[in-house]
Parts: sequence; C-alpha cells; structure tokens
Amino acid sequence: MSVSVWLALLLLAVPATAALQDQTPTHARAVLVASKPFGESYLLAEMFAQLLEARGFSVSRRPGLGATEIAFQALRSDAIDVYPEYTGTGLLAILGQRPSADPADVYRQVAREFRRRFGLRWLPPLGFQNTYAIAVRQETAQRYHLATLSDLARISGSLRAGLTADFIGRADGLPGIQKAYGIRFRAVRALLPALKYQALAAGEVDVIDGYSTDGFIARYNLVILKDDLHFFPPYEAAALVSRAFLRDLPGGVAALTELSGLLTEQDMRRLNRRVELDGIPVARVAGGALLALGLTSASPANAVATRDQARAGLFPYLWSQRLSIVQLTLRHLLLVGVSLLGAIACALPLGLMLERRRSSAEPVIRGVGLLQTLPSIALLAFMIPLLGIGVVPAVVALFLYSLYPILRNTYTGVRDAAPDAVGAAWALGMTPRQILRHVRLPLAAPVIMAGIRTAAIINVGTATLAAFIGAGGLGDLIASGLALSDTRMILSGALPAALLALVVDAGLGLCERAVRPGG
Amino acid sequence: MTGPALPPALRAAQVSKRYGPVQALDEVSVDVGRGECVVLVGESGSGKTTLLRCFNRLIDPDTGNIMIENANAAGLDPIALRRRIGYVPQDGGLLPHWPVRRNVELVPWLRGVANAGELATRALELVGLEPARFAQRWPRELSGGQRQRVAVARALAAKPDIVLLDEPFGALDAITRVELQSTFARIRRELGVTTVLVTHDLHEAFDLGDRIVVLRQGRVEQDASAKDLRADPATEYVRELLLRARISSQ
Repeated sequence: MSVSVWLALLLLAVPATAALQDQTPTHARAVLVASKPFGESYLLAEMFAQLLEARGFSVSRRPGLGATEIAFQALRSDAIDVYPEYTGTGLLAILGQRPSADPADVYRQVAREFRRRFGLRWLPPLGFQNTYAIAVRQETAQRYHLATLSDLARISGSLRAGLTADFIGRADGLPGIQKAYGIRFRAVRALLPALKYQALAAGEVDVIDGYSTDGFIARYNLVILKDDLHFFPPYEAAALVSRAFLRDLPGGVAALTELSGLLTEQDMRRLNRRVELDGIPVARVAGGALLALGLTSASPANAVATRDQARAGLFPYLWSQRLSIVQLTLRHLLLVGVSLLGAIACALPLGLMLERRRSSAEPVIRGVGLLQTLPSIALLAFMIPLLGIGVVPAVVALFLYSLYPILRNTYTGVRDAAPDAVGAAWALGMTPRQILRHVRLPLAAPVIMAGIRTAAIINVGTATLAAFIGAGGLGDLIASGLALSDTRMILSGALPAALLALVVDAGLGLCERAVRPGG
Repeated sequence: MTGPALPPALRAAQVSKRYGPVQALDEVSVDVGRGECVVLVGESGSGKTTLLRCFNRLIDPDTGNIMIENANAAGLDPIALRRRIGYVPQDGGLLPHWPVRRNVELVPWLRGVANAGELATRALELVGLEPARFAQRWPRELSGGQRQRVAVARALAAKPDIVLLDEPFGALDAITRVELQSTFARIRRELGVTTVLVTHDLHEAFDLGDRIVVLRQGRVEQDASAKDLRADPATEYVRELLLRARISSQ
C-alpha cells in the first residue's frame, strides 16, 4: 500500500508544487466537500473539510449524498469537488471490473481507469481498509462453530440475513458471496444500515453485513466471519477528486494528500465509535483527530462551541437545535412550495386543456402517471448530469412527482362537474369557454384542491429525500440521524416534517373552503 | 291553423337524424304557429327530444331543414340562437354554485342586457316565487317544485318569443306537477309565447297543448288538435296510447 501512496504522491507532485508557488491568500471559491450517507463517510468528509479550512480554503459541506451512484455522478459532473470513496467500491460498483486481492493493484487500477474514463483522481489512500464484515451473534457462532464464511455456507440454509439494500444489489455483495461460497440464506431482509445491528442483537435476523471499522461490532459483541476465500476486494479509503477541483484549486488537492497514509484501522474504529456510539458530534471528533495527527494546531472554534449532548433527552436536544431546525424547516417549505406552485401552474391548465381534447387525455395523464412510478432515488440520480446537485434537481423532482395528482383531479373534476348544469348552460347559450370558466371550473374546485392537497402532502414527505442530493431541508437531519444511528437527530427531522405536513394540509384545507362553490 | 301568408314561428321540414343504426328522426315535418303550444308525445326512443333539440341547434339534422321565424336555422349562429330561445330541461339544470337570482339572470347577462336584475325579479314573480324570499337562496335549499319554477323563470327572463321544454314536470310528485302545470298554463295565457313541450304524459299533453304531435320510432303518427286526437285517433297505435292513458276515444 505504501508503494501506491508514494506513486500517487509523485503523480500529484506537479500540480501541488505549482499551487505552492501560487500563494494567493484568498482562494477563488469554496471547496464542495461531500460524503455518502453513513457515519464513517460523514467523519472523513468532515476531516477533509476542517483540514482544508485550516489551510485557508473556504469549504461548503454537502454531507450525506444518496448513495455511491449519486455521489459519483455529482463528482463526475463537477457538482461536488471531493468525497471519501473506497477503492473496491470504485472498481466493482462503478467500473464493474473484477477485483484482485492485492490492495496496491486495486488502487493502481482505479486510479488509472478513473483518470482515463472520467478525468477523476484518486488521492493516495488514507491508510486503512474498511471491508465488508459478515457478522453473527456470539451465541450463533458458538452453536454452529462458525469462524469463516465457508463455515457459514454449511448452515446458511437455516439462517436469516438482514442486509443493506446496497449489499443485496451489488456484485461485490450478496450475489458475489452466493457464487463464491454457495451461501443461500433461509430468508433475506433489506434493512437500513442504522437498524441492522439492533435487528441482529434482538434476534430478528441471524446474519448481517457490517463494515470492518464499524463502532457497533464491539458494542454488540459480534463475531466477524473470516473471508477465507478472499472474496471481498480491498476497500481502501481515499479522497476521490473532481476535475474542476484539481483545475481550480490544486493547492486544496495537495492539502488533502496530507491525510494520506495517516489513518490506521484501529484509529478509524475508535473514531467511528465516538461518533456512532458515544454520540459526540462529527465536527468535534474530526477536529480532535486532526489535532491528534498533528495536522492542525488548535481545535477549531466550532468544536469548542458544541457542548457534549450525548446524555441530553429529546426535548433539550430539540431545543438546543432549534435554530438549525427552523432553518431546515424553512428550506423544506421552500422546496415544497416552489415545486408545488410550478406543478399547479403546469398541471392545472393542462388538465383544463385535456377536458377539451378528451381523446388525448388518458394517454397524456397516464404518461405523467408513469413519472410517479420512478423510484425517487433513481430519478434524483438521473438528474445529476443535467442539473447537478442541490436545490434545483430536488425542486424539479418534487415538481414531477406533484404533477400527477393535480392533473388527474383537474381533468376528472372538470370533466364530471354537474352534467345537468353544464347541459343547461350549453342549451341556454353559454360558449364552451364560458362554461369552463363559470361552470366547470368552479364546480371542480374542491376536487382540484383535493389533488393539490394530495400533492402537497406527498411533497412534504418526498422532500426529505432531497437531502440525498444536497438540497437541504429536514431530510438532512433524518439522513444524518440514520447514518449516525442518532434517534434524537432522526426525530428532530421527522417530527417537524410530520408537523409541517399537518400544517400544510390544514392551510390548504382553508383555501379549499374559500374556493368551495355555493357558499 | 296558420295561413300561407303568415309563416310559422318554427318549422321542421322533412327532418331526418340517424345515430349509428338508430333512425331517431325519419322525414319529420312539424309546424308551430306563432303563440301556439305544440306538445310532442311518444315513448322513449320515439324521437321527441331529438326533434326538440333540433329547434335550438343542440342537434343538427342530417337532412331536412329547421326554420326559425322563416330563417334557416343552419345559417344562424347556434350560440346566439340559443340565447333567443328559452329552454327548460327535465332536471332543471340550475347551476348549483349560483344563487337563484344569478341563475335567473343568466340569459339576460349572456345577452348583455342592462336591466338583467329587473328582468329576473319579474320572471320570479311570474312563476310565483317571491323575489325577496327566494332570490338569494341556493338551489340546494329549494324543493324540487321550486327548483323547476326557477328553471322556468330562467327560460323566460330574457322575454324570448319561443320556449322549449323537455319533460319539464316529469320528475315531480303528482300534486306539485299539477300546480306547476296550472302555473305554466297561466303564464302562457299571459305571455302568448310560442311553446314546444316534450312529454310522455298524455294528460299533460291534453291539458297544455293546442296541438299534439304523436311520434313513434322517428315518424309522426298523428298531428292534430287535442279535440281531434281524442275524437279520431288516426292509427291503432294512437288508439292504444289513449286507452292505456285511460283517455277514452269513445
């Protein structure tokens, strides 16, 4: 591994020295530092961010981007500058290539291929590996005499697995170990990363996929089964860097290489533990780690400011976070409001138009309905190359999800509005336009409002997913809370979101009463 | 009834209309004299409503002509024509989101008349609904009979020369129906408006009609005054119809 570090350092020496020569004190723009939605990724990204800040760069944080695909697409389209990634994941999940067992080999392969295909750079690895760790309870290991994955294969038919969706789908996950070891579980359940340890401890499942640097493995006294056939490729953690970052701020890229090779697996397990188990804020753990590594001289201001709230209850916690909760609630409302207004502005006229061209109505509405069936994460991932990350793609996605209920209700509402009244209005000499404006539309108003309310409620819920593409909102708290197994943080996002749904619905209910025809 | 010098208010001349395999109207000719009340009777599917709806161009015939005050209807703007002709549908067809007054003002408003409110007040008085009590009510607050009175008021508010009624009292209970029929007969006497009324109720036809046109499967079975029809049914079908309605032809 050290070979690869030095190799990479050499590769980077040229732009790095160039940056040193160009010592302008103020830097042109902020570095966009992102992470994937799990604890270690948050922590590493925060370390990147604080290190850059200590070297005089301004940083903008985009933690918790959806998943590998979203983070990678964002990096590739220069929507972010850097995020922590694992070499094995790059090789298997992104390049779709077969891994070798040699970490240096894997690093060389991803470094070469990412540069050639995408223009992206892998900085030298940080020093530790975080591989998949298939874990069982102590008692299960004893009863079945399990030490290796080959042992597991013998009796897998009588065990239930609780695996993350990522692991179930990836070639280097379940399909891979099924092929390599012949493992066939009695049942496989998809579990959120934050829940699988509890599920295992509670005996709901017998086997889970963990990470070797997880803080939880020690806490729940779990046994990690040895990958005796060396199926899992080496997952060395490293910073993955965009073209734009290298081009605009080569000095920043050079600063990040200071972390290369400094973090051991023990270090990482200890740091993860502090975040995931002790509930210490990520910023503080990251600041402490940089200080301990001698990369920074004084603890950053924010680390001092954050008090340890590990033991505080839910309500004191909510109170202490009130400013950020209010801010995120307003952002949430912005996402919902803008997308909903846009959807109303499009779907309402379209619905009225279709009422006049009924033969094309059903095909058009069904086409819009298809959008509803797209999984939101997939839709968000599709849009990154077009719209980047942040508020814009989130608003567009929410807009698309809002169209169908409004369109369907508008069309059905105006089409079926009091046929006798419409017939009489026609027979007495109203023009089609007058009928639409004075009869159909007012009579359909409650149905249309019901569609808008449906869209608004769906929107408030779906907007929590906007966190996965860095758009902010209450989903930020839910995503980080899930990643860090922090129930209070999850609730600090989920409770205001539920409250917001009620408030929005009540508000629109008042609007509905105002537009209800006939007093 | 009308001399050749005075053209009829309405005329259907050899009107045919086909819906797919169904011949709704088959070379039907009917004249309606000025101020006359002609009642179209027949079973469902006889074509009576189709013929009624040809007079204000809700339906255009395949062949034949509709003449309104001696002008070919095909050459008239259908929207303007409908604003000239009163219309009462069976279900009233009041706009549920408008109060009574606004419903009655509809046609004057569409025609851009200045004194729409005044016309509406007079029309309500005409149908026996006290404007002060009823003008501000919502249609859903009225009984079936009151709603139908409002529909009649709405048809007459703009003082049309012609009014078309499509089974206007068919959905009412017997007592209310008789009340409305007598109200309508009084209004006709007062206004002398040319009327075409569709019904399947022969008693109503005899009570209200100057002339009765019996339709059967899209053809005119008999076209006669009430007295002549009763005295001399032209066909076995008409005789049967009278017998079934217990209106003896003896």
